[in-house]
Amino acid sequence: MTTVLVFLLIVSSVSIWWLSKQRLTSKPWLQSGLEIFDGHADQIRSSKPKVGLIVFLGIIGMFFSLLISGNLMRQEVTDWRQVPLPNILWINTELLIISSLCLHFALVAARKNDASLFLKKLPQGGSDLSNIEMIKPSVKRAVKNRLRLATFTSIAFLAGQMIAWKELSNSGFQLTGNPANSFFYLLTGIHGLHILGGLVALGRTMLGSWLQITQEKLMARIELCAFYWHFLLVVWLVLLVVMLGWAHDPFISSHH
Amino acid sequence: MADIHTKTDEHITPTEVAEVELYHATSFWTKYIFSQDAKVIAIQYSIVAIAIGFVALALSSLIRLQLGFPHLFEFITPETYYQFVTMHGMIMVVYLLTALFLGGFGNYLIPLMIGARDMVFPYVNMLSFWIYFLAVIVLVVSFFVPGGPTGAGWTLYPPQAILSGTPGSQGAGIILMLASLALFIIGFTMGGLNYVVTVLQGRTRGMTMMRLPLTIWGIFTATVLALLAFPALLVATVMMLFDRVLGTSFFMPSLIEFGEHLSYGGGSPIMFQHLFWFFGHPEVYIVALPAFGIVSDLISVNARKNIFGYRMMVWAIVGIGGLSFIVWAHHMYVSGMHPFFGFFFATTTLIIAVPTAIKVYNWVLTLWRGDIHLTTPMLFSIGFIVTFVNGGLTGLFLGNVVVDVPLSDTMFVVAHFHMVMGVAPVMVIMGAIYHWYPKITGRMLNDAMGKFHFWVTFVGSYLIFFPMHYVGLVGVPRRYPELGDAAFIPESVATLNAFISISAFVVGFAQIVFLYNLIRSIRNGKHAGSNPWRATTLEWQTAQTPPGHGNFGDELPIVYRWPYDYSVPGASVDFIAQNDPGTGAKPETTS
Repeated sequence: MTTVLVFLLIVSSVSIWWLSKQRLTSKPWLQSGLEIFDGHADQIRSSKPKVGLIVFLGIIGMFFSLLISGNLMRQEVTDWRQVPLPNILWINTELLIISSLCLHFALVAARKNDASLFLKKLPQGGSDLSNIEMIKPSVKRAVKNRLRLATFTSIAFLAGQMIAWKELSNSGFQLTGNPANSFFYLLTGIHGLHILGGLVALGRTMLGSWLQITQEKLMARIELCAFYWHFLLVVWLVLLVVMLGWAHDPFISSHH
Repeated sequence: MADIHTKTDEHITPTEVAEVELYHATSFWTKYIFSQDAKVIAIQYSIVAIAIGFVALALSSLIRLQLGFPHLFEFITPETYYQFVTMHGMIMVVYLLTALFLGGFGNYLIPLMIGARDMVFPYVNMLSFWIYFLAVIVLVVSFFVPGGPTGAGWTLYPPQAILSGTPGSQGAGIILMLASLALFIIGFTMGGLNYVVTVLQGRTRGMTMMRLPLTIWGIFTATVLALLAFPALLVATVMMLFDRVLGTSFFMPSLIEFGEHLSYGGGSPIMFQHLFWFFGHPEVYIVALPAFGIVSDLISVNARKNIFGYRMMVWAIVGIGGLSFIVWAHHMYVSGMHPFFGFFFATTTLIIAVPTAIKVYNWVLTLWRGDIHLTTPMLFSIGFIVTFVNGGLTGLFLGNVVVDVPLSDTMFVVAHFHMVMGVAPVMVIMGAIYHWYPKITGRMLNDAMGKFHFWVTFVGSYLIFFPMHYVGLVGVPRRYPELGDAAFIPESVATLNAFISISAFVVGFAQIVFLYNLIRSIRNGKHAGSNPWRATTLEWQTAQTPPGHGNFGDELPIVYRWPYDYSVPGASVDFIAQNDPGTGAKPETTS
C-alpha cells in the first residue's frame, strides 16, 4: 500500500496548502461584516469545470495508485512471472505522447488567437464582444487539425493496445495464466477505458470547433482535454515502469 | 482578552454575486423525475435510501428472530441467515447511511447553506441519483435470482465469497452485489464531485470557509474522504468480479474443494482485506463526520448558544479525516500481519481519540449553561452524544491488539460498531429529519409521535446493544446462526438473546411510527413558517418555504457573520441570521 500512501501524501499536501489559504486560525465569532478576503476572487478566477477536473483527477490517481499497490504487493510472491512487454507498446507510448502534445499545441494556438484578437479589438472600445470571441480562420484551421491529430493518435493508441493484447494472448499469456498476466490486462484495460472516456469529451470539443461556439468556451474545453490527456500520459508512463517490473515496494520483503 | 472589532465595509464595492445559468424545468418529468434541482435530487435520494433502509431493518428483525428464538421459524436456514446478515450490513452502511448523509442531506443542505442557487454540475448530479437508483435496483434484484443474494458477510472476504459453500456464490447473487457496488461508487463519484466543487466554488459572497456551518464542514470533509476511499472498494470489486467471472486469481489462492483442485491459484486474500479496509475504515468517518457536523448545529440551535470552540471543531473534522486513512489495518489484527504493523495501527487508532474527544468536550461545553430546549431534534442530538461516547469507549478496547485478539469476531465487536456507527449516526439522521423537515415540506412533524419515537429508539437501542457486549465478553462468536451446545456459553445467553430480540422488535415498531409521522405530516402537520427553530443559517432565511427553484429570490444572500450568533449579549433577538448586516450590538471594546 506504499504507492497509495505516497499518493495520499501528495493529495494531503495539496489539501494542506489550500487549507492554509483559508485562514483557519481566524476567529469568525469576532469578525462580523463583509469579509474582504472571502476567497470570492479565487472562486471566479478558476473555473468550476477546471476545479472539477482537478478533483476528478485526484480520484483517478487514487484509483490507479491502488491498482499499482496491488500489483507491487503481488509481484513479490515467487510464482510471479513478469509479462514480456510486446514491442508495440513503445509505439503506443509514442502515439500517446504525440496525442498529448497535439492537445497542448491546440491550446497554444487557441490562446495565441485570443491574445492577438484581444489586442487588436480592444482599443476600439470593448463593447463589441462578439468580435473578440470570433476565431481567425487560420487559427481555427490549426486548432482543428491539431485536435483531429490528437483524436487520431489516441484511437491509434487504443488500437495498438488491442494488438498488444492479441499478440500476448497468441503467444500464450492468457488473462488467467499468471497473476502477472491478469494485472497486465487489468491495468492496460482500465487505462484504455479512461482514454475512451476522454475521447467522448474530446469528440465534444471537436464538434465545438466546427460549430460556432465562443472562443472562450472552446479554449476552456481544449484546456480540460489537454490536462486530462497529460495526466493519463503520466499514468501510462508510471504503469509502464510497473509492468516492466522496475518498481518495488520497499516495505514488502522480497522472496526472490 | 481578544480584540473585538467590526469591519466597516463601505470601501468595498458591492460586487454582485455572479449569476449562474439556471436550468429551468418545463414539464412534470424534468421537474420531479429527471430533475436537475439539487433539492428534488436530495428528496429522491432520501426516499430511496430510507426505503431500502426499511428493507435492512426488516432483515435485522429476521436476524434477531433466529438469534432469539432458534428453530422456531423454518424458513430461516443457516443459508438465509447469512444472506440476511450480509444484506443488512451492506444496505445499512452503504446504501442507507452513505447515500442519505451525502446524497440526501448533502444535496439539500450544501447549496442552501452556502448561499448557492444549485450544485455546480446539475446534470451530473441528476445522473448521480439515477445511477444510485440503478445500483439499488440491482441490489434488490439479487434477492430474487436463483440462489438468492450473497451471504458472504458485508466484508465479502475472498475466497469464501465466491466458493460454492457460500450462499449466492454460484448463482448471480455475488455478481449482482459487486455490480451494484461498482454502480454505487460511480454514481457517488458524480455526486461527490458536485458536493466538493460546490463548496469550493459556489459559496456566496462573504461565506468564507471559516463561516461555514459545521454541517457543511462535516459533509464536505466526508465527501473528500469518500472520493478517496471508494476507489479502493471499486478496485477490490472489479478484481473480485474478474476472479468470479473470468477466472483470474487476484484474490483466490490454490484451493481444494470437495476433493477437487480448483483452477484458482496464487491469489492473495489478504490483499483484498487491505483494499477493503482502506475503504472500510474511512467509511466509518464518511458516516460519522456529517453526523458530527449536523449534531453541532442542532445542539447550538437548541441550546441557543454559539458552538463552543468552532475553530477546534473544524480542525478536529479535518484531522479526523486525515487520520482515518492510516488506521485501516486495525480491522486486520487477526490476519497474521507483522506485529510491528499492529503496533503502528494501534497507535494511530488511539490518536484519533484525541480530536474525537475534543469534539465531545465541545458539544458538552456548548450545552453547559445553555438555554436548552428539549425539542425532538435536541433529544436525538443528546442521545447521539451519549451513544457515541459509549460506542467510542469500547473502540478503545478493540483498538488495542492484545485486547482485540480475544474479542475479535465476537458479539462484542457487533455491539461496538452498532453503537458507534449504527445507532449514533442514525440518531443524528433522525434528529436532522425532525430539524429540516419543516424546511423541506413547510410542515412540522408531530411532536408527540416524535418524542415517543425518540424514547423508544434511544432506550430500546441500549436494551439491544448493552447486553450484547456481555454476550460477546463470554465469547459468543458473531456470524453464527445458532450456538449449539458449547460448554463456555452459559444458558443465560439464550435468555439474554431472547430479551435483545424482543427489544429489537419494539425499536423496529417505533420506526414504523416514525414513517407514519413522516407521511402524515406532509398534509396534516402544523404549518412551520420559514424559520421555526429561530436558526441563523441561510437555509432558514429563504423567501419561500419550501425554497423555490433557485433557492433564494432575486438576489443571493450576502453573508456578514458566522453561523452561531445565538444569544449575543445586547441584541434584541436571541439569534442573528448570517445574512443580517446589522452589527448585532456587539460590544465595541478592546482590552
